[in-house]
Amino acid sequence: MKTLLQLFWTFFKIGAFTFGSGYAMIPMIEKEVVDRRKWFDRDDFYDQFALASSAPGPFALNTAVFVGYKMKGWWGSLFAVLGAVIPSFLIILVIAMYLADFRGNRYVEAAFKGIRPAVIALIAVPFINMLRKLPWYFMVLGCAVAAVICYLGVSPIYFILAGAAIGIVLTFYSKPGEGDTK
Amino acid sequence: MIYLQLFLSYLKIGFFGFGGGYAMLSLIQNEMVTRHGWMTATELADIVAVSQMTPGPIAINCATYVGYTVTGNVWGSMLTTLAVSLPPLTLMVLITIFYTRLRDNRIMQGAMKWMKPMICGMIGAAALLFVNGTTFIDWKSYAIFLVCFLATWFKVDSILMICLSAVAGILLYI
Repeated sequence: MKTLLQLFWTFFKIGAFTFGSGYAMIPMIEKEVVDRRKWFDRDDFYDQFALASSAPGPFALNTAVFVGYKMKGWWGSLFAVLGAVIPSFLIILVIAMYLADFRGNRYVEAAFKGIRPAVIALIAVPFINMLRKLPWYFMVLGCAVAAVICYLGVSPIYFILAGAAIGIVLTFYSKPGEGDTK
Repeated sequence: MIYLQLFLSYLKIGFFGFGGGYAMLSLIQNEMVTRHGWMTATELADIVAVSQMTPGPIAINCATYVGYTVTGNVWGSMLTTLAVSLPPLTLMVLITIFYTRLRDNRIMQGAMKWMKPMICGMIGAAALLFVNGTTFIDWKSYAIFLVCFLATWFKVDSILMICLSAVAGILLYI
Protein backbone atom coordinates (compact mmCIF):
# COMPACT_ATOMS: atom_id res chain seq x y z
CA MET A 1 0.00 0.00 0.00
CA LYS A 2 2.84 2.36 0.84
CA THR A 3 4.39 1.89 -2.60
CA LEU A 4 1.03 2.47 -4.27
CA LEU A 5 0.62 5.77 -2.45
CA GLN A 6 4.19 6.73 -3.29
CA LEU A 7 3.48 6.01 -6.95
CA PHE A 8 0.31 8.06 -6.81
CA TRP A 9 2.05 10.97 -5.10
CA THR A 10 5.10 10.93 -7.39
CA PHE A 11 2.98 11.11 -10.51
CA PHE A 12 0.59 13.58 -8.92
CA LYS A 13 3.51 15.97 -8.50
CA ILE A 14 4.64 15.32 -12.07
CA GLY A 15 1.11 15.94 -13.34
CA ALA A 16 0.74 19.11 -11.29
CA PHE A 17 4.04 20.76 -12.06
CA THR A 18 5.00 19.96 -15.63
CA PHE A 19 3.76 22.21 -18.36
CA GLY A 20 3.57 21.81 -22.12
CA SER A 21 4.27 18.61 -23.97
CA GLY A 22 5.12 15.19 -22.61
CA TYR A 23 8.76 15.68 -23.54
CA ALA A 24 8.93 18.51 -21.04
CA MET A 25 8.12 15.98 -18.34
CA ILE A 26 11.08 13.67 -18.98
CA PRO A 27 13.62 15.51 -16.81
CA MET A 28 11.19 15.71 -13.90
CA ILE A 29 10.12 12.06 -14.19
CA GLU A 30 13.75 11.01 -14.47
CA LYS A 31 14.69 13.01 -11.38
CA GLU A 32 11.87 11.52 -9.33
CA VAL A 33 11.98 7.93 -10.54
CA VAL A 34 15.71 7.42 -11.14
CA ASP A 35 17.53 9.82 -8.83
CA ARG A 36 15.19 10.25 -5.91
CA ARG A 37 13.24 6.99 -5.59
CA LYS A 38 15.81 4.77 -7.35
CA TRP A 39 13.05 2.68 -8.88
CA PHE A 40 14.98 2.38 -12.17
CA ASP A 41 18.56 2.64 -13.29
CA ARG A 42 19.05 5.27 -15.94
CA ASP A 43 19.63 3.06 -19.00
CA ASP A 44 16.67 0.92 -18.17
CA PHE A 45 14.50 3.98 -17.78
CA TYR A 46 15.52 5.42 -21.16
CA ASP A 47 15.04 2.07 -22.86
CA GLN A 48 11.51 1.74 -21.59
CA PHE A 49 10.78 5.38 -22.20
CA ALA A 50 11.66 4.95 -25.89
CA LEU A 51 9.03 2.24 -26.09
CA ALA A 52 6.48 4.29 -24.15
CA SER A 53 6.89 7.18 -26.55
CA SER A 54 6.25 5.00 -29.59
CA ALA A 55 3.05 3.59 -28.08
CA PRO A 56 -0.23 5.44 -28.69
CA GLY A 57 -1.76 7.69 -26.05
CA PRO A 58 -0.34 10.54 -23.98
CA PHE A 59 3.19 9.57 -23.04
CA ALA A 60 3.09 10.97 -19.56
CA LEU A 61 0.50 8.27 -18.93
CA ASN A 62 2.43 5.58 -20.79
CA THR A 63 5.43 6.40 -18.62
CA ALA A 64 3.25 6.23 -15.51
CA VAL A 65 2.13 2.78 -16.66
CA PHE A 66 5.56 1.25 -17.11
CA VAL A 67 6.95 2.73 -13.90
CA GLY A 68 3.86 1.68 -11.95
CA TYR A 69 3.88 -1.78 -13.48
CA LYS A 70 7.46 -2.43 -12.53
CA MET A 71 6.80 -1.47 -8.93
CA LYS A 72 3.40 -3.02 -8.25
CA GLY A 73 1.97 -4.66 -11.36
CA TRP A 74 -1.35 -3.53 -12.76
CA TRP A 75 -2.43 -1.77 -9.57
CA GLY A 76 0.80 0.17 -9.61
CA SER A 77 0.02 1.33 -13.16
CA LEU A 78 -3.47 2.37 -12.15
CA PHE A 79 -2.34 4.42 -9.16
CA ALA A 80 0.43 6.11 -11.15
CA VAL A 81 -1.98 7.00 -13.97
CA LEU A 82 -4.56 8.36 -11.53
CA GLY A 83 -1.87 10.49 -9.95
CA ALA A 84 -0.79 11.87 -13.32
CA VAL A 85 -4.35 12.57 -14.51
CA ILE A 86 -6.05 14.09 -11.47
CA PRO A 87 -4.20 17.44 -11.26
CA SER A 88 -4.81 18.44 -14.88
CA PHE A 89 -8.34 17.08 -14.73
CA LEU A 90 -9.23 19.31 -11.76
CA ILE A 91 -7.49 22.41 -13.11
CA ILE A 92 -9.07 22.17 -16.57
CA LEU A 93 -12.47 21.40 -15.10
CA VAL A 94 -12.42 24.67 -13.16
CA ILE A 95 -11.26 26.55 -16.27
CA ALA A 96 -13.95 24.91 -18.42
CA MET A 97 -16.59 25.95 -15.89
CA TYR A 98 -15.59 29.60 -15.88
CA LEU A 99 -13.88 30.35 -19.20
CA ALA A 100 -17.19 30.80 -21.00
CA ASP A 101 -18.08 33.63 -18.61
CA PHE A 102 -14.84 35.44 -19.36
CA ARG A 103 -15.07 35.14 -23.12
CA GLY A 104 -17.38 38.14 -23.42
CA ASN A 105 -14.80 40.28 -21.66
CA ARG A 106 -13.06 42.52 -24.21
CA TYR A 107 -9.65 42.19 -22.60
CA VAL A 108 -9.83 38.41 -22.59
CA GLU A 109 -10.99 38.40 -26.20
CA ALA A 110 -8.15 40.75 -27.19
CA ALA A 111 -5.65 38.54 -25.37
CA PHE A 112 -6.90 35.48 -27.25
CA LYS A 113 -6.59 37.36 -30.55
CA GLY A 114 -2.91 37.71 -29.72
CA ILE A 115 -2.55 34.13 -28.52
CA ARG A 116 -4.09 32.34 -31.51
CA PRO A 117 -1.31 33.07 -34.02
CA ALA A 118 1.19 32.13 -31.29
CA VAL A 119 -0.43 28.70 -30.93
CA ILE A 120 -0.03 28.09 -34.66
CA ALA A 121 3.65 28.99 -34.41
CA LEU A 122 3.99 26.60 -31.50
CA ILE A 123 2.74 23.71 -33.66
CA ALA A 124 4.39 24.78 -36.92
CA VAL A 125 7.92 24.70 -35.50
CA PRO A 126 7.91 21.04 -34.36
CA PHE A 127 6.30 20.14 -37.71
CA ILE A 128 9.12 21.75 -39.67
CA ASN A 129 11.77 20.34 -37.33
CA MET A 130 10.39 16.84 -37.75
CA LEU A 131 10.04 17.28 -41.51
CA ARG A 132 13.66 18.38 -41.86
CA LYS A 133 14.92 15.12 -40.40
CA LEU A 134 13.07 12.95 -42.92
CA PRO A 135 14.38 11.78 -46.32
CA TRP A 136 12.97 13.84 -49.24
CA TYR A 137 10.30 11.32 -50.28
CA PHE A 138 8.97 11.25 -46.71
CA MET A 139 8.97 15.07 -46.68
CA VAL A 140 6.72 15.07 -49.73
CA LEU A 141 4.53 12.39 -48.17
CA GLY A 142 4.32 14.29 -44.87
CA CYS A 143 3.20 17.50 -46.60
CA ALA A 144 0.68 15.62 -48.74
CA VAL A 145 -0.75 13.91 -45.66
CA ALA A 146 -1.05 17.26 -43.87
CA ALA A 147 -2.93 18.80 -46.81
CA VAL A 148 -5.30 15.85 -47.27
CA ILE A 149 -6.18 15.70 -43.55
CA CYS A 150 -6.72 19.43 -43.32
CA TYR A 151 -8.47 20.27 -46.60
CA LEU A 152 -10.32 17.05 -47.35
CA GLY A 153 -11.19 16.26 -43.74
CA VAL A 154 -9.93 12.66 -44.00
CA SER A 155 -9.39 11.06 -40.60
CA PRO A 156 -5.71 10.75 -39.58
CA ILE A 157 -6.52 7.21 -38.41
CA TYR A 158 -6.39 5.98 -42.03
CA PHE A 159 -2.90 7.38 -42.46
CA ILE A 160 -1.66 5.77 -39.25
CA LEU A 161 -3.07 2.42 -40.36
CA ALA A 162 -1.69 2.82 -43.91
CA GLY A 163 1.74 3.74 -42.58
CA ALA A 164 1.85 0.73 -40.27
CA ALA A 165 0.63 -1.59 -43.06
CA ILE A 166 3.16 -0.36 -45.64
CA GLY A 167 5.96 -0.61 -43.08
CA ILE A 168 5.02 -4.17 -42.15
CA VAL A 169 4.68 -5.33 -45.77
CA LEU A 170 8.03 -3.81 -46.72
CA THR A 171 9.69 -5.50 -43.76
CA PHE A 172 8.60 -8.87 -45.11
CA TYR A 173 10.00 -8.07 -48.56
CA SER A 174 13.37 -6.87 -47.34
CA LYS A 175 16.08 -9.16 -46.01
CA PRO A 176 17.27 -8.68 -42.42
CA GLY A 177 19.91 -6.02 -42.17
CA GLU A 178 18.96 -4.49 -45.51
CA GLY A 179 18.08 -0.80 -45.50
CA ASP A 180 17.96 1.26 -42.35
CA THR A 181 15.47 0.27 -39.71
CA LYS A 182 15.88 3.41 -37.64
CA MET B 1 -26.47 9.51 -27.27
CA ILE B 2 -23.87 12.20 -26.76
CA TYR B 3 -22.03 10.42 -23.93
CA LEU B 4 -21.43 7.31 -26.00
CA GLN B 5 -20.25 9.38 -28.98
CA LEU B 6 -17.86 11.36 -26.81
CA PHE B 7 -16.53 8.20 -25.22
CA LEU B 8 -15.93 6.49 -28.57
CA SER B 9 -14.34 9.61 -30.05
CA TYR B 10 -11.83 9.92 -27.25
CA LEU B 11 -11.17 6.20 -27.26
CA LYS B 12 -10.21 6.54 -30.93
CA ILE B 13 -8.07 9.57 -30.15
CA GLY B 14 -6.31 7.58 -27.45
CA PHE B 15 -5.71 4.40 -29.39
CA PHE B 16 -4.50 6.12 -32.56
CA GLY B 17 -2.71 8.92 -30.76
CA PHE B 18 0.82 8.12 -31.89
CA GLY B 19 3.53 10.72 -31.84
CA GLY B 20 2.62 12.92 -28.88
CA GLY B 21 0.31 15.84 -28.16
CA TYR B 22 0.53 17.83 -31.38
CA ALA B 23 -0.03 14.80 -33.58
CA MET B 24 -3.00 13.87 -31.40
CA LEU B 25 -4.32 17.34 -31.97
CA SER B 26 -5.09 16.51 -35.59
CA LEU B 27 -7.14 13.50 -34.41
CA ILE B 28 -8.92 15.74 -31.91
CA GLN B 29 -9.63 18.29 -34.64
CA ASN B 30 -10.94 15.64 -36.98
CA GLU B 31 -13.31 14.19 -34.38
CA MET B 32 -14.38 17.39 -32.61
CA VAL B 33 -14.41 19.99 -35.39
CA THR B 34 -14.75 18.18 -38.72
CA ARG B 35 -16.91 15.16 -37.87
CA HIS B 36 -19.10 16.16 -34.96
CA GLY B 37 -18.94 19.95 -34.96
CA TRP B 38 -18.73 19.99 -31.17
CA MET B 39 -16.45 23.00 -31.30
CA THR B 40 -14.94 25.44 -33.79
CA ALA B 41 -11.27 25.37 -34.82
CA THR B 42 -10.83 28.70 -33.03
CA GLU B 43 -12.23 27.35 -29.76
CA LEU B 44 -9.85 24.42 -30.04
CA ALA B 45 -6.94 26.81 -30.63
CA ASP B 46 -7.93 28.61 -27.42
CA ILE B 47 -7.96 25.34 -25.50
CA VAL B 48 -4.53 24.47 -26.84
CA ALA B 49 -3.31 27.82 -25.53
CA VAL B 50 -4.93 27.19 -22.15
CA SER B 51 -3.46 23.72 -21.91
CA GLN B 52 0.01 25.04 -22.74
CA MET B 53 -0.26 27.26 -19.71
CA THR B 54 -1.71 24.66 -17.37
CA PRO B 55 0.10 21.51 -16.25
CA GLY B 56 -0.54 18.08 -17.68
CA PRO B 57 -0.64 16.39 -21.09
CA ILE B 58 -2.50 18.26 -23.83
CA ALA B 59 -4.67 15.23 -24.66
CA ILE B 60 -5.97 15.02 -21.08
CA ASN B 61 -6.57 18.77 -20.95
CA CYS B 62 -8.53 18.71 -24.21
CA ALA B 63 -10.53 15.67 -23.16
CA THR B 64 -11.51 17.21 -19.82
CA TYR B 65 -12.40 20.54 -21.39
CA VAL B 66 -14.42 19.16 -24.28
CA GLY B 67 -16.18 16.65 -22.04
CA TYR B 68 -17.42 19.49 -19.90
CA THR B 69 -18.34 21.99 -22.60
CA VAL B 70 -20.20 19.48 -24.77
CA THR B 71 -22.29 17.91 -22.00
CA GLY B 72 -22.31 20.78 -19.51
CA ASN B 73 -21.48 18.56 -16.54
CA VAL B 74 -18.64 16.89 -14.69
CA TRP B 75 -19.62 13.37 -15.76
CA GLY B 76 -18.92 14.24 -19.37
CA SER B 77 -15.44 15.35 -18.36
CA MET B 78 -14.78 12.20 -16.39
CA LEU B 79 -15.95 10.02 -19.26
CA THR B 80 -13.72 11.63 -21.89
CA THR B 81 -10.73 11.69 -19.55
CA LEU B 82 -11.25 8.01 -18.79
CA ALA B 83 -11.53 7.20 -22.51
CA VAL B 84 -8.23 8.88 -23.31
CA SER B 85 -6.54 7.11 -20.35
CA LEU B 86 -7.68 3.64 -21.37
CA PRO B 87 -5.06 2.94 -24.07
CA PRO B 88 -2.19 3.46 -21.61
CA LEU B 89 -3.97 1.30 -19.05
CA THR B 90 -4.49 -1.56 -21.48
CA LEU B 91 -2.15 -1.44 -24.47
CA MET B 92 0.80 0.05 -22.62
CA VAL B 93 0.49 -2.59 -19.89
CA LEU B 94 0.78 -5.29 -22.57
CA ILE B 95 3.72 -3.50 -24.15
CA THR B 96 5.42 -3.35 -20.76
CA ILE B 97 4.90 -7.07 -20.25
CA PHE B 98 6.23 -8.02 -23.70
CA TYR B 99 8.80 -5.28 -23.63
CA THR B 100 11.93 -7.31 -24.35
CA ARG B 101 10.29 -9.11 -27.25
CA LEU B 102 8.97 -5.91 -28.84
CA ARG B 103 12.11 -3.85 -28.47
CA ASP B 104 14.11 -5.53 -31.21
CA ASN B 105 11.21 -6.62 -33.34
CA ARG B 106 11.86 -5.89 -37.03
CA ILE B 107 8.19 -5.74 -37.95
CA MET B 108 7.48 -3.15 -35.32
CA GLN B 109 10.47 -1.10 -36.37
CA GLY B 110 9.34 -1.29 -39.99
CA ALA B 111 5.86 -0.11 -39.07
CA MET B 112 7.26 2.75 -36.98
CA LYS B 113 9.46 3.86 -39.87
CA TRP B 114 6.48 4.41 -42.17
CA MET B 115 4.29 5.87 -39.46
CA LYS B 116 6.78 8.67 -38.93
CA PRO B 117 5.91 10.71 -42.07
CA MET B 118 2.22 10.16 -41.26
CA ILE B 119 2.68 11.52 -37.73
CA CYS B 120 4.63 14.42 -39.18
CA GLY B 121 1.75 15.11 -41.59
CA MET B 122 -0.71 15.00 -38.70
CA ILE B 123 1.22 17.71 -36.87
CA GLY B 124 1.27 19.77 -40.06
CA ALA B 125 -2.48 19.32 -40.46
CA ALA B 126 -3.02 20.49 -36.88
CA ALA B 127 -1.19 23.74 -37.65
CA LEU B 128 -2.91 24.20 -41.04
CA LEU B 129 -6.43 23.80 -39.72
CA PHE B 130 -5.89 26.65 -37.28
CA VAL B 131 -4.96 28.99 -40.12
CA ASN B 132 -8.25 30.71 -40.88
CA GLY B 133 -10.06 34.03 -40.80
CA THR B 134 -10.51 34.05 -37.03
CA THR B 135 -6.88 33.32 -36.14
CA PHE B 136 -5.31 35.56 -38.78
CA ILE B 137 -7.48 38.66 -38.64
CA ASP B 138 -5.13 41.27 -40.04
CA TRP B 139 -1.43 42.13 -40.54
CA LYS B 140 -0.95 42.28 -36.76
CA SER B 141 -1.79 38.57 -36.48
CA TYR B 142 0.85 37.78 -39.10
CA ALA B 143 3.37 39.90 -37.21
CA ILE B 144 2.63 38.02 -33.96
CA PHE B 145 2.89 34.71 -35.80
CA LEU B 146 6.24 35.61 -37.30
CA VAL B 147 7.74 36.76 -34.01
CA CYS B 148 6.41 33.68 -32.18
CA PHE B 149 7.66 31.38 -34.92
CA LEU B 150 11.17 32.76 -34.58
CA ALA B 151 10.94 32.67 -30.78
CA THR B 152 9.86 29.00 -30.82
CA TRP B 153 12.53 28.20 -33.38
CA PHE B 154 15.16 29.58 -31.04
CA LYS B 155 13.63 27.66 -28.13
CA VAL B 156 12.06 30.47 -26.13
CA ASP B 157 9.90 28.99 -23.38
CA SER B 158 6.37 28.41 -24.71
CA ILE B 159 4.54 29.56 -21.58
CA LEU B 160 6.43 32.84 -21.60
CA MET B 161 5.66 33.25 -25.29
CA ILE B 162 1.92 32.71 -24.85
CA CYS B 163 1.86 35.21 -21.97
CA LEU B 164 3.68 37.78 -24.10
CA SER B 165 1.39 37.22 -27.07
CA ALA B 166 -1.60 37.71 -24.76
CA VAL B 167 -0.13 41.05 -23.68
CA ALA B 168 0.52 41.91 -27.34
CA GLY B 169 -3.10 41.05 -28.12
CA ILE B 170 -4.41 43.35 -25.40
CA LEU B 171 -2.14 46.21 -26.51
CA LEU B 172 -2.91 45.79 -30.22
CA TYR B 173 -6.63 44.99 -30.21
CA ILE B 174 -8.13 47.07 -27.41
